[in-house]
Amino acid sequence: MDELRQFLAERAENGLISWASQVAAAERFRTTLAQVEETALLLEILPARYQRNRQAINIAQQLTLFQGVVAVAGCGGLGGYIIEELARLGVGTIVAIDPDVFEEHNLNRQLLSSPARLGEAKVESAAARVAEINPAVALVPVQIAYAPKNAAQLFQGVQVVVDALDSVSTRLALSDSCDSLRLPLVHGAIGGWFGQVVTQFPGDGTIRQLYSRWVEGKGLEQRLGNPSFTPALVASIEVAEVCKILLGTGNTLRNRKLSINLLDMEFEEIRLDGQDKAVGQ
Amino acid sequence: MDITVKLFATFRFGRFAAATRQYPPSTQISEIIDELQIPVSEISMIMLNGRHADPDQRLRDGDSLALFPLVAGG
Repeated sequence: MDELRQFLAERAENGLISWASQVAAAERFRTTLAQVEETALLLEILPARYQRNRQAINIAQQLTLFQGVVAVAGCGGLGGYIIEELARLGVGTIVAIDPDVFEEHNLNRQLLSSPARLGEAKVESAAARVAEINPAVALVPVQIAYAPKNAAQLFQGVQVVVDALDSVSTRLALSDSCDSLRLPLVHGAIGGWFGQVVTQFPGDGTIRQLYSRWVEGKGLEQRLGNPSFTPALVASIEVAEVCKILLGTGNTLRNRKLSINLLDMEFEEIRLDGQDKAVGQ
Repeated sequence: MDITVKLFATFRFGRFAAATRQYPPSTQISEIIDELQIPVSEISMIMLNGRHADPDQRLRDGDSLALFPLVAGG
């Protein structure tokens, strides 16, 4: 380890270590790229790939992100962009959960899909993509559907959960699971030109408020579908929320729903009083 | 009495974004929903003056009602 540290310190220039040097270090010391990255960050040497993160994210924060564990429930329209952005941001471990394979109707918007990947498990595509764009990040593919009974196992060691699901009943169950496991949950939902984001901390009950009138069925996305830009936007806002939660910085969308209307280009904040539980509860 | 009605997302299609409209005293929220021909099953959240509300709640002059459709795609 001392030798690895010395190697990295010697190869660093202006506080940055190049990707080539990270790879050389991993090979020479027979360790993982992840180990090299963490060692560098602990030495306050920034992997050069993150140099455009600063000053938005400093070296200590980059280390915090690298030591972060985030679960993404759903790897479709929202989930694909979320995984891409978390990996590029430098979040060290991403647990990707989805039972599905790519189908042709995913191609209009799902970042990880391509004609060559039709029929491939979404979580396997996610793992391949992350290995390609940031090999220091671990993508843990879990090709099963989230369910309350597997929540404790899926979210073991996880710090933040991202809701990128596509059914209200599963979203509500995920919200309850995160509540009982004391995990923050970043909720995003889309349909056509419209979307919404809320960040829920344990006990807030805000996601149940969003769907307080729901009885059954899907939302307006069933009629409108989802064009390419809505998931990209909502996913990006969700990742910004995850980043702030991991770093303990900024202000999140806690107790407020960001209501997005791209047709009229309106972004509206709806206050959701933490004490004002959903009607009928 | 004057009620300000705010509609979100698809509820605006063929209707309006926000309008202050005249209603008889003690009109119920459900009556406005019916008048606007919004299927109740498509409503995800109702807010009255910034608080969650039920369709059977009665309105007072100057109230502000907001109706949100169900958005749940991923």
